Amino acid sequence: MPPSLRTYEGLPALMTLMTGDEKHGRASESTLDVLWVLYDRVLTVDPHAPDDPDRDRFLLSKGHGPMAYYAVLAAKGFIPLEALPTFGRYDSMLGQHPDRSLIAGVELSSGSLGHGLPIAVGVAAALDLKGRAGPRVFCLVGDAELDEGSNYEAMALAGRLQLGRLTVCVIDNRSATHGWPGGIDERFRLEGWSAATVDGRDHDAIVAALSAPHPDRPRVVVAEVERKG
Amino acid sequence: MLTMRERFMHVSGALLDERSNLAVVLADIGYGYFADAGVVARHPGRVLNVGIRQQLLVGFAAGLAMEGLRPIVHTYAPFLVERPFEQVKLDFGHQGLGAVFVSVGASYDAAAAGRTHQAPEDVALMSTLPGWRVHVPGHPDEVEAILRSTAAGTGLDYIRLAESVNPEAVPDGSGLTPIRRGSTRAVTVIAVGPSLGPVLEATADLDATVLYTSTVRPFDADGLRMFLAAPAVVLVEPYLAGTSSAEVSAALKDSPHRLPALGVARREHRHYGSRWEHDRAHGLDAAGIRGSVADFLASAARGR
Repeated sequence: MPPSLRTYEGLPALMTLMTGDEKHGRASESTLDVLWVLYDRVLTVDPHAPDDPDRDRFLLSKGHGPMAYYAVLAAKGFIPLEALPTFGRYDSMLGQHPDRSLIAGVELSSGSLGHGLPIAVGVAAALDLKGRAGPRVFCLVGDAELDEGSNYEAMALAGRLQLGRLTVCVIDNRSATHGWPGGIDERFRLEGWSAATVDGRDHDAIVAALSAPHPDRPRVVVAEVERKG
Repeated sequence: MLTMRERFMHVSGALLDERSNLAVVLADIGYGYFADAGVVARHPGRVLNVGIRQQLLVGFAAGLAMEGLRPIVHTYAPFLVERPFEQVKLDFGHQGLGAVFVSVGASYDAAAAGRTHQAPEDVALMSTLPGWRVHVPGHPDEVEAILRSTAAGTGLDYIRLAESVNPEAVPDGSGLTPIRRGSTRAVTVIAVGPSLGPVLEATADLDATVLYTSTVRPFDADGLRMFLAAPAVVLVEPYLAGTSSAEVSAALKDSPHRLPALGVARREHRHYGSRWEHDRAHGLDAAGIRGSVADFLASAARGR
């Protein structure tokens, strides 16, 4: 892959290689910056050791519109460049929702909303139980995805269990039909989470928010991006 | 004798002592027992109570499995299978993870509690999902054997505990096991789990071969073909009637046969009371089974 495609600036070109899911184009663009920052500056992951027990775990719960995710994974060496144009085809490793059994390094098969956060809570609890100090657990959800009640079950338990290794990033493009009076971050704070809201296009702000210590409680970072169409 | 559920809890506590990769995951129901029995104190962190959050119960357990633990997930059948069914499908099967699911409240064990606590559809639902082994033990001894075996495994296992028990355990009921052999003209009656007791009583003076199984998925098609004499099979399942009819038909696809399926009727049965009263209402007590088998044999004789 040309070095220029391994950069943030190269991601749009990689995304254009994937066609057939244009209806989720905006959803994919909404996650682009956070995904890049995660893989470029936050996560400890290695495409050559995708099962390293000490790796950080990243669970993409918002599985709709995964073109940005695939572009970032390709730029970081998890997916071969040649796979991108096969997006959505019968024999492709890249579907319109990711499948963990087809891509080494993808932790979660997602698509149906509201599944990732409960699983991430279990992953974080398991790592605590096993006494594995290093790995952090990150989960990306959308603001509309938070409409799913399963997230509230998970949010409440994570707060009670004080899962300090868990960070949830909410991509807020204000697509939740009935909105979030009082703010998304406040909902999490009520359940005992550390919370911050950042500009979802400001890379330094995203890094700072995702890297802030929160040893005795889970953290949510609400990344605000442009309103969905 | 301990009930199936008491035996499950007792053995689960022992298994936590023996196997460090196990974790019991609960949604309040059952937690008190593990606490009172000292299991929680012995294994803080491995008896996990998520509260009354059944979607989370399954998703959380999947997260544990993702990190190499083998969760034993337990609650009432409607709240383990029906409410979080998409989590069962996606968080385990689709993710390629394993677990042991253990339900109580089989069919109408909670008869007085009403329809909200009854799930005679559970085996039918679980049977739609690939990869699940479905166990319907008929005796507490079978519960222990199945639980120990599945806890040591890596796959997807659903164990359905019931209040009704057979007088004796069948040592290995994983495949169809002949309990009574009839003549070469005998009707074959397949009894699943706790239905064995009433089936044996109902067919005591009939020319019948009685086959028993405590594992209905995968269904023992080879065993059925091996033990079948005459082309007449009666399937008796203590849950939704006809749940395994397609399995029997597939096993006998090359043999013309008759197959009545007895089980819980597909209707809103708005009565409380006891499980024995519901057995009678659904024709699953010995008298009801006897009547159905006799009617079938008479009908078959007329059709010859």
